[in-house]
Amino acid sequence: MACSFVPSAAITGLRVDMVRVEADVSNGLPMFHMVGYLSSEVKEASERVRTAICNSGIHLPPKKTVINLSPATVKKRGPSFDLPIALSVLQSAQELPPGSLKNTLVLGELSLDGKIRKVKGVLPIVAEAVRAGYDSCILPCENVSEGALAEGIRIIGAESLSQLCRRLKGEEKAQAHIPDRGAQIPGDVPGSASVDYSDIKGQEVVKRASEVAVAGGHNLLLIGPPGSGKSMLASRIPTILPPLSREESMEITKIYSVVGLVDEKCPLITGRPFRSVHHTATKAALIGGGGIPVPGEISLAHGGVLFLDELAEFQRPVLEVLRQPLEERCIRLARSHGNYVFPAGFMLVAASNPCPCGSYPDMTRCRCSPGQVEQYLGRISQPFLDRIDICIEAPAVSYEDLKGAGKAEASAVIRERVCRAREIQERRYKGTEIRTNAMLEGKELEKHCRLGREEERLMEQAFTALGLTARTYHKILKVARTIADLDGDEEIRCFHLQEAVGYRTMDKKYWGRRAR
Amino acid sequence: MMYECWLAEIRGISDRKKRMLRKAFGTGKAVYDSDGACSASMDFFTKKDIEILRQAKQQISPEEVRRAQERLGIRFIPFFSEEYPEKISKTADPPYALYVKGSLPPPGRKAVAIVGARRCTPYGEAMALEYGEELARCGAVVISGMARGIDGAGQRGALNGGGRTYAVLGCGADVCYPREHVGLYADILKSGGILSELPSGAPPLPVHFPRRNRIISALSDVILVMEAEERSGSLITADLALEQGRDVYALPGPATSPTSRGCHRLIAQGAGILLSPRELMEELDIQIVKLCKNKEKSKEENKKVLETTENMVYSCLGLFPKSVNELVAATELSAQELLRILAYMEIKGLVREVSKNYYIKARK
Repeated sequence: MACSFVPSAAITGLRVDMVRVEADVSNGLPMFHMVGYLSSEVKEASERVRTAICNSGIHLPPKKTVINLSPATVKKRGPSFDLPIALSVLQSAQELPPGSLKNTLVLGELSLDGKIRKVKGVLPIVAEAVRAGYDSCILPCENVSEGALAEGIRIIGAESLSQLCRRLKGEEKAQAHIPDRGAQIPGDVPGSASVDYSDIKGQEVVKRASEVAVAGGHNLLLIGPPGSGKSMLASRIPTILPPLSREESMEITKIYSVVGLVDEKCPLITGRPFRSVHHTATKAALIGGGGIPVPGEISLAHGGVLFLDELAEFQRPVLEVLRQPLEERCIRLARSHGNYVFPAGFMLVAASNPCPCGSYPDMTRCRCSPGQVEQYLGRISQPFLDRIDICIEAPAVSYEDLKGAGKAEASAVIRERVCRAREIQERRYKGTEIRTNAMLEGKELEKHCRLGREEERLMEQAFTALGLTARTYHKILKVARTIADLDGDEEIRCFHLQEAVGYRTMDKKYWGRRAR
Repeated sequence: MMYECWLAEIRGISDRKKRMLRKAFGTGKAVYDSDGACSASMDFFTKKDIEILRQAKQQISPEEVRRAQERLGIRFIPFFSEEYPEKISKTADPPYALYVKGSLPPPGRKAVAIVGARRCTPYGEAMALEYGEELARCGAVVISGMARGIDGAGQRGALNGGGRTYAVLGCGADVCYPREHVGLYADILKSGGILSELPSGAPPLPVHFPRRNRIISALSDVILVMEAEERSGSLITADLALEQGRDVYALPGPATSPTSRGCHRLIAQGAGILLSPRELMEELDIQIVKLCKNKEKSKEENKKVLETTENMVYSCLGLFPKSVNELVAATELSAQELLRILAYMEIKGLVREVSKNYYIKARK
């Protein structure tokens, strides 16, 4: 028997395709030929595999060797096919006992000396292998703890090709990895000791606004001078978001695995992600890109916070691409060979200076002309602003705030309140698509944000007195609904509405201009 | 008249030379026909000027200029016309001609210029509004430059007071600059007028503005400088006004405010100090019309409506913007409570949000 095959898998976008690595060693002119819709990294594998086999002390007979990676419709990329190709060739050359790789999925990159190196995308592949009914999985040693996150499969770590061969031949006992699941429990934030709301002294207004934003899933815009602790606050928002469930943790870890951002020792992502994006970011960096797309920042922020500092400095087209993911909580990338859907359910926290120098409206420090002030925030498009419900001023941090002795509330306390408000929303929107108040629209908005007579009158007055638009009006209702939920109140009351008025995003036409 | 108009349109020849030329030839047509062949007696007219005149004859068609003005509804008032305001013609450097949309300021009425920084504080803006309104209500006309900030606020105030106001622009009278004042531009035209020494369609170039300031001060009896920085265009207006023999008043502000420093300098140099609209009008001999009763009443009512905590927040506010966080520190209220109170007062029209979460007292 000269023909053999080893199962492996390819990742396209976030999708896992099972791949069969077939090898045939037969009589003919000595050659090593690879087919099966391969990218150049995979074609290069032939050199790595032959040299690695040679350096592992195994002599390959000078025969005609043909490798096929099937199905040929799936483009194969990356170095993770090195090991399955090598094993397939060895089996075909009868260097390995037949059946030793039965029902076993193989992944790994080879170095020339036969060592096995770590690869990306292990978790989604192993999870898919479980579903496909494989018994065991051979992974590079460094990927073992990641692969072990998927339950219901035997994970075998391999250090080098020669060691692996000895094990498969039964010369050495293979040790299955026994995952230590107690080590990581989703919900406890790694390094949570480093950031906490209690670090922020004073700044009660911004803290409250962020609490409301998180409770209702509203996107948040912070406006304030440079050095006012906007990033400091934003980076702490994940700590008051409800803890991740096991499923959410796995979902996020899979995305990080594909991008290669998983930590070797504690692979499971248990804290909500916080991704801060610089304003020079390109569209591709943000939403994901490439011929075969790789997830971008918005997918890495899935389940957590995407922080855009200096919002007004972002290129306009870059911000515009965020509109669809903000609405649909996923990003659809269309390519000529197919569509890719990446999850993008993030909370947007944006920060901006009020003017180019940052000190407006303090005229003793602001050096900007009225035109500049007006233009600065005017650069952000209205449709983008429409997706931001809460806007708040982030003040300059004073020395007293910094050194304040007063005990500030800890994240855990705030998170408890947030979770309660989220539970109320969950109950209210059971059986619908809606998950948080921020997603309310049209009929649903009218149904769940009904106002009493007195409240109705207040909003009527506000509408004319503050020059509200229909858009801002609806945003105020949504935010008031969240504030009421935080209070555990069924009805939206006047004072809920009044507080929400303070959080409204000023309509673009009034920015920097003192509307009269 | 269309040849006078043609002469006015020519760039590169000063107003003074144009006046002398017109005087020497008698009519604009004679200048046009002369083809630059000036007699030796006109030694003020250099060879270069003659060349400009020749080129202008080829480039500008008097007929077209006239038609364009008719289309835009702009009146052309040359220096020697009877309509030309006497106040301007008596100054040192009057423009050769004025282009007017709407009407000219009535000669008999007291004219007050309200000028100041474009980059102003809500304090300066509120005061400009108040002075404009009070003056206009008592029958004075308000003259300014329709610029952002103080100028626009003063003129808006005059319109609120039901009076007339006139804007002197640094661009053609048909050009609305700054663009966002298009509403103000239209409102001014309803009762007052837009003036310019520049031909229609002239763009708002930086060089035009200091020169138009001399027309603002010439048209006015007194100049009120509401807010000005140490080096500001408003101070140029004040200097010009003094040269033209107009009175200058300046509004004091906090000693620390850079936007009031120019005003303080003026006061130190002997300008009048603005204490209140009433006192100003007494000095100017303007008949004071009493505040309408409704207004005074509503102020009283506002006070009654406010509860104690709200009163406390209200008293913390002024005309210089304060952020919510400053208010939290000052009142020791919780963030929620404070936002509620501010929203309540904002809806009632007692406070105004000037930038995100920065509030000032609103003046009713």
